[in-house]
Amino acid sequence: MKILTLVRQVPDAEARVRVQGTTVDLEGTTLVMDGMDEYGVEEALRLRENGANVEEIVALAVGPKRVEDALRTALAMGADRAIHVETDTPLDPIALSQVVAQVAQTEGAQLILVGGQEADWDSQALGAATAERLGWPQLTWTNELNVDGDTLTGRHDVDEGNESFQATLPAVVTTQQGLNEPRYPTLPNIMKAKKKELRKDDLGQYGATPKVRVVSAEIQTRARLNKVIDGKDPQAAAQELLGLLRNEAKVIA
Amino acid sequence: MILIVAEHTNGKLSKSTLEMVSAARSAGREGPITVLVLGQGVAAIANEAAQVADQVLVADHAALAQYNAELWAAATTQIAQEGEAHTILIGGSRSGREYAPRVAVKLDAPYLEDAISLQAQGAALRAQRYTYLARVTETVEAEGAVVVVSVKPGSFPAAEATGAAGEQYDVDLDLPAARVQVTGKTVEKTSRVPLGEADVVVTGGRGVGSPENFSSLVEGLADAIGAGVGATRAVVDAGWRPYAEQVGQTGKTVQPKAYIAVGVSGAVQHLSGMGKSKYIVAINKDAEAPIFKVADYGIVGDVNVIVPALIEAARK
Ligand SMILES: Cc1cc2nc3c(=O)[nH]c(=O)nc-3n(C[C@H](O)[C@H](O)[C@H](O)COP(=O)(O)OP(=O)(O)OC[C@H]3O[C@@H](n4cnc5c(N)ncnc54)[C@H](O)[C@@H]3O)c2cc1C
Repeated sequence: MKILTLVRQVPDAEARVRVQGTTVDLEGTTLVMDGMDEYGVEEALRLRENGANVEEIVALAVGPKRVEDALRTALAMGADRAIHVETDTPLDPIALSQVVAQVAQTEGAQLILVGGQEADWDSQALGAATAERLGWPQLTWTNELNVDGDTLTGRHDVDEGNESFQATLPAVVTTQQGLNEPRYPTLPNIMKAKKKELRKDDLGQYGATPKVRVVSAEIQTRARLNKVIDGKDPQAAAQELLGLLRNEAKVIA
Repeated sequence: MILIVAEHTNGKLSKSTLEMVSAARSAGREGPITVLVLGQGVAAIANEAAQVADQVLVADHAALAQYNAELWAAATTQIAQEGEAHTILIGGSRSGREYAPRVAVKLDAPYLEDAISLQAQGAALRAQRYTYLARVTETVEAEGAVVVVSVKPGSFPAAEATGAAGEQYDVDLDLPAARVQVTGKTVEKTSRVPLGEADVVVTGGRGVGSPENFSSLVEGLADAIGAGVGATRAVVDAGWRPYAEQVGQTGKTVQPKAYIAVGVSGAVQHLSGMGKSKYIVAINKDAEAPIFKVADYGIVGDVNVIVPALIEAARK
């Protein structure tokens, strides 16, 4: 089985986001591999380590030149090779799925791993859209995964709780917390990763164009009251807080 | 027509369906507001939907007894095509956001995900949505003969009954076979107000110290003021609380009137799930904790002394 693991690059969670003009400006921001995608890379490695028949693990990223860094991280974690579809055009998940599905087809991938929710576009759409383009089933919000031959079993979160599932490969799985604890690349592996193949593709060959336009972006700021009470006298502090909640905010009876 | 796929649980129409009716009305697009009810034994749900919609399409089908992404996508697409829907609204629940992208791909339509507002702009449809862990509000726009939208729960008022019941029609569907088998299911229940519907939420973080303290302090305070209970990921990872209580990027999004964070540091991934709460209250011994930056009210102090004092004062 060949596994395609999708890697996106997003601002580090602690980094400040800035808006310049009509869009978020990432200039000078620390960018990292999306934590949700890290679970996917880690899971591919674990499937192999735990004895599933994994022929190759290919990391894929679509985006500007800098996205290479995220692919190098995936390679340093242990992916075998990487494909970078280079473009400065931001693609919405539906358009992006067109690229992912084509790569999956030409690579002959049988399992695609992708993060359950993107930390930049806050979107959950990429896994499902890719599955639909390929005509494959999908398992979203997966926190336990086993592959035995062609059979996929595991557990994932649904609206009212969680479900155990069974399906047959090929399939798309979206990953999330609880699935595993991603490893840190070690220095020797970082060095080794430099020698691994990182193929460059041009977006043009995939014929994907954005379907959604960003018109404007605004930082969400909400003026907060910031009334901080010293807790040295717990009883007085408790009375004061309850008073504020009852009489000023009027949120409790 | 504008097609809304009904969300329902336990034989009742979900509030999110009523919210989607308001979203459809606010969009200002032409055509009847049509609600599609997928499921088995859904007559009562269809009747409820008829109170708010121009027409209701009912697909009462044994194969639809359980939600399944591929079936829901196939059914929605078929009805959208037959009814020549130009706008398709799907709930922004976990399941809705799971099959909506499939519908968009099937129809070769743009997808506006997790919309918090909706407005026609000439031939385009414009929506607002939160991005970057809910720190940014983006306005996005798409054009197309058909646009698929998922609507973030809690973003629109629930539509009120119009007084005139919409017509109901039964529909036939060509459904694919389900390829994902569900082999077991755990439904996470709580005896308290469900997290997503609570007016007040008390959330405990690692600062609470132990599962026993969580019960006495966080649940104790929640019970004293009639609130729902939430938890941070640190607490869920430690196995103190069930995942169903987790608030944040990978947990639930809540927007109560008051959110009381007890021993919570206020990491961005946590804030992304509760940052839109009307009032935020923080109780933390570290005056520099990031949670205080977004708090309306706060007490700097040890939860072990502050929270018992709060419980006692609230009970009086
Ligand atoms: C991909 C990804 C997704 C994530 N998703 C989520 C998510 O959905 N939800 C979520 O919550 N987190 C999420 N996180 C984790 C998040 O980054 C934080 O690690 C987590 O929220 C911290 O939880 P905490 O505030 O309980 O613990 P800590 O960060 O350990 O904070 C504990 C706080 O308690 C205070 N404290 C300690 N003792 C006391 C005392 N006796 N009295 C008063 N105060 C005290 C401390 O000062 C501190 O501020 C995610 C992380 C990643 C990478």
